[in-house]
Amino acid sequence: MATSTIKKKTAAKAPKVEEVQSNGAQAQRLEVLKTYKLYIGGQFPRTESGRYYVATNRKGEQLANVCTSSRKDFRDAVIAARGAQKGWAAKAANNRGQILYRIAEMLEGRRSQFVDELMKQDSTKAQAETEVNLSIDKLIYYAGWCDKYQQLFSSVNPVASSHFNFSVPEPTGVIAAIAPQNNSLLGLVSVIAPAITGGNTIIVLASESKPLCAITFAEVINSSDVPGGVVNILTGKPSELATQFAAHMDVNAVVFCENDELIQKDIQEKASLNVKRVLLYNDVDWFSDKGESPYFILDTQEIKTTWHPIENIGSGGGKY
Amino acid sequence: MSKSNKEVPKLKLNQGWNYAPAPESASHVKLKDKYDLFIGGQFVKPTSGKYFDTINPANEEKIAKVAEANTADVDKAVKAARTAYDKVWKKMPPKERGKYIYRIARLIQERAREFAVIESMDGGKPIKEARDVDVPLVANHFFYYAGWADKLQYAFPNRIPQPLGVAGQIIPWNFPLLMAAWKIAPALACGNTVVLKPAETTPLTALKLAELIQESGLPEGVVNIITGFGETGAAIVNHPGIDKIAFTGSTDVGKIIQKAVAGTNKKVTLELGGKAANIIFDDAPIDQAVEGIINGIYFNQGHVCCAGSRLFVQESVYEEVIQKLKDRIETLIVGDPMDKNTDIGAINSRQQLDNINKYLKIGADEGAEMYQSSCNLPGKGFFCKPTIFTNVAQSSRIAQEEIFGPVLTVQTFRTDDEVIEKANNTPFGLSAGVWTDKGSKIFNLTTKMRAGVVWANTYNKFDPTAPFGGYKESGFGREGGLHGLSAYLKV
Amino acid sequence: MRATISVALLLGKIVTLMFISNDMNVMSSNTLPDFRISPRIDQVGIEERAKKFTTRSIKKETKVEGLKMVLNMIDLTTLEGKDSEGKVKQMCYKARHLHDAYPGLPTVAAVCVYPSMVKLAKQSVGDSGVKVASVSTAFPSGQAPMSVKIDDTRFAVESGADEIDMVISRGKFLAGEYNFVFDEIAAIKEACGEARLKVILETGELVTYDKVRRASDIAMYAGADFIKTSTGKIQPAATMPVTLVMLEAIKDFYYKTGKMIGMKPAGGISKSKLALHYLVMLNETLGADWMNNQWFRFGASSLANDVLMQLVKERSGVYQSADYFSVD
Repeated sequence: MATSTIKKKTAAKAPKVEEVQSNGAQAQRLEVLKTYKLYIGGQFPRTESGRYYVATNRKGEQLANVCTSSRKDFRDAVIAARGAQKGWAAKAANNRGQILYRIAEMLEGRRSQFVDELMKQDSTKAQAETEVNLSIDKLIYYAGWCDKYQQLFSSVNPVASSHFNFSVPEPTGVIAAIAPQNNSLLGLVSVIAPAITGGNTIIVLASESKPLCAITFAEVINSSDVPGGVVNILTGKPSELATQFAAHMDVNAVVFCENDELIQKDIQEKASLNVKRVLLYNDVDWFSDKGESPYFILDTQEIKTTWHPIENIGSGGGKY
Repeated sequence: MSKSNKEVPKLKLNQGWNYAPAPESASHVKLKDKYDLFIGGQFVKPTSGKYFDTINPANEEKIAKVAEANTADVDKAVKAARTAYDKVWKKMPPKERGKYIYRIARLIQERAREFAVIESMDGGKPIKEARDVDVPLVANHFFYYAGWADKLQYAFPNRIPQPLGVAGQIIPWNFPLLMAAWKIAPALACGNTVVLKPAETTPLTALKLAELIQESGLPEGVVNIITGFGETGAAIVNHPGIDKIAFTGSTDVGKIIQKAVAGTNKKVTLELGGKAANIIFDDAPIDQAVEGIINGIYFNQGHVCCAGSRLFVQESVYEEVIQKLKDRIETLIVGDPMDKNTDIGAINSRQQLDNINKYLKIGADEGAEMYQSSCNLPGKGFFCKPTIFTNVAQSSRIAQEEIFGPVLTVQTFRTDDEVIEKANNTPFGLSAGVWTDKGSKIFNLTTKMRAGVVWANTYNKFDPTAPFGGYKESGFGREGGLHGLSAYLKV
Repeated sequence: MRATISVALLLGKIVTLMFISNDMNVMSSNTLPDFRISPRIDQVGIEERAKKFTTRSIKKETKVEGLKMVLNMIDLTTLEGKDSEGKVKQMCYKARHLHDAYPGLPTVAAVCVYPSMVKLAKQSVGDSGVKVASVSTAFPSGQAPMSVKIDDTRFAVESGADEIDMVISRGKFLAGEYNFVFDEIAAIKEACGEARLKVILETGELVTYDKVRRASDIAMYAGADFIKTSTGKIQPAATMPVTLVMLEAIKDFYYKTGKMIGMKPAGGISKSKLALHYLVMLNETLGADWMNNQWFRFGASSLANDVLMQLVKERSGVYQSADYFSVD
């Protein structure tokens, strides 16, 4: 991070100097700062554009320099997500569930770090703890769905002819999502979890104003047996990237969670280029019970209907 | 079959015992000279006073004049649908709603033959198919969804689904009445009211359906059927009083519609084009596979979005399959759609025939080998011989673009992974076919096909209980079955 | 496996000779296919296809032409323990004079009787062109030693039979002893001499279409001139789908060898409408070359009168009564 040119004037970013004991002598220890990068294909690259923006808290104090992802970063993320999609979808549902559970475990283990980051981003301690708790619990909620939503949304169809006919959900493919902007962690988890539960891979753009948890969450993902490319996290500007998300021809669905009608319209228009599925979650309260349901999984599923003849030999009809 | 160049004996098919004409009688069919717009339960004249002709594509003769709806007419229809929704339909107990739909199903069964004949006359499809496939499926579709009307909460666990309001529905010319049924039946069952526009070349069965709906006593304005061209469809799409657009047609128009409704709250479902792979493995039941290929591409003159237009044959059975195909198409009877023996009827319109012929030329220019049956085509009307292109490259336009006619492209493959990759290598994803005798291979292939409908050891089967719809650029949303309900509900 | 090879080698010689004697083009086909991997048949698909033939509308001159063809393809049959010389004579007369009130009708193709009646039948049909077919090989069950079957066949041939309708050993076939079945057919073919051999598979006992297809392939490669569905003693006898399976086997054999094999559905075809459906199926599966009694037969006893009634109806315009047609 090109920090040398930045004046370290804010309280949050200023080096904390602590008194430490060293060999009986008084010494000063410099706090190690965190570099916020992107998460693409299981790696933590910087933006290829070299651009960054300064994340601040409500008081305007600088929190971090955050990558301003470019369309090329997004393109790389799509390649990573596409490459990972087949393998992720092919994993046993039970295994996907355990991996989601593992994410929750990792998140639990690092809860204080997230609470800390949320507090830096203007949450009270109570709010921060609630958000982290909900995020962990949401991952567990979706971990449980991994091997159940198929049963809920499948059907065996009693066709009139002598055929076995069934319909099952399959992942839509590669999802590009812009995370809810008004919180740092829960919204992010709320769009990632149902998409990957359903075997999709996702590129998600973190909250522009509250980006800190996104990259820390990427570290959680990275240590949770989630194959590289399944979840890709970018930071940057929705105003700049939404149109790219919606236009990319190798993206199958796009998720947008804000009320911004101009961006909504732009996304919907660009989505028509390749008949993308558009999911607008502007009226969802992610903190409420309504912020989680198997119907969010269904939103990024395609229903496949399969036919096969049923041979009929011997008495009595063979039918499903 | 060996790969030698030895002359394979030729069967003398379509020679000798030829079938005398067996025309279906049209004497019981009641058609008016002129059809108005069906709005608010009445047939009303178009505001513009304009009418257009609908012709029989088999002889290019005019059948009737049909009203052309403009923006004002669309507005009238939407208002009628809104009024019916607010005042009657959404308040009606679901059980009663269901009973109306059952009644429509029964009336269709009573008049099945009349509908089949008109469908064949107006659209060019063989009477055999209209009679044995389209119309029975229409009645069954209404019958199936009628029963859902009072059971919707069971379809969506933990939810109380609500209707959307007024649905604007635009349907194509390949299955005019069937598509009307696919649109209207679930919309009504879910408590919506409807403004439906049939295609300009095939409006008659929808208008006959309007008469039937009038007779059924369905409350005025619940179903409105208006006729016209693309502008009429656009007026429906753009009308602010529409809550939902359901469209079946080309991917190009589907994209225009998706773009047009951007920034509105209109819910959309699209059932668009396809370029389905039909894959024959060497262990397939070959003779049944050949029938599947024939049914896949020549059913309804190939005017089928899910047509198996890209044939992939495993190398080791390629010669056998091609020979059988070539022999088989000799037995296809091409001609008067109203003849009960006709297998391939008329191409729906001159425009579509021109489009197909354009692709035949492209195929030839691209270096593919064209084979057509030796049949004679009628002197009048729009007809195309069943056509097979061999020696086709994956990059050929005829293998990539939807032709929507009786034109099959053939490619060979060696390995399973090769054919999976080639089959999925298309922006479309509506349907696919797989033929093999090995169960575990079937499931490998059916799960790997990126398509909404996969037929294994069969092809082009439809049923009201079986969801139908596409992946990728073949659209989104499902029609048919439990999954078809979501298109017309807030869940 | 070793047995298969040795028999195949042994029979390769016979088959080669046989092919040479029939058609020089097929000399290259002196290797036998592995019958265990005969093409598989999808039941739903084949039945769907068979049903489609029944939607063809056969009217007017097509119908009259078809009905006359059907008459000319009939093997008029009596195969009962109580058959008498009188009955056989009557049947042979009927074979030549189907309905003299309707001039210009063809004769049936053949009469089909037990070996003991062959001599009489041969005398009765005289020089009418009507062939005499004899069942043999311990018809209908085939439960007899090979020597008996060969004697049975020789007796029929020596009595003047033009055609032999043999039965296969279904028990051996179902037990997977395909070589036994192959050898048996080849031996009977040899015993037939000049007589044409029809091989009855008794499809009702084979149960699945896969097995019917396999038995068809064995019969054709072993030297059958015709393959035939049924004895008429077991239900189900001929059906359209099972006949279609056999027609497609004949087609594949023709594609591979250039040799034509005849087809005879037998039992259960008693109405002219159904017979016309079969004819449509034949027309659209094997084509014009097979549309004559050299290559297609109906094994039936009561079909002829129904066809006659239809023909008279077509000519007179009024529906007929059975009282106007002789029952023999």
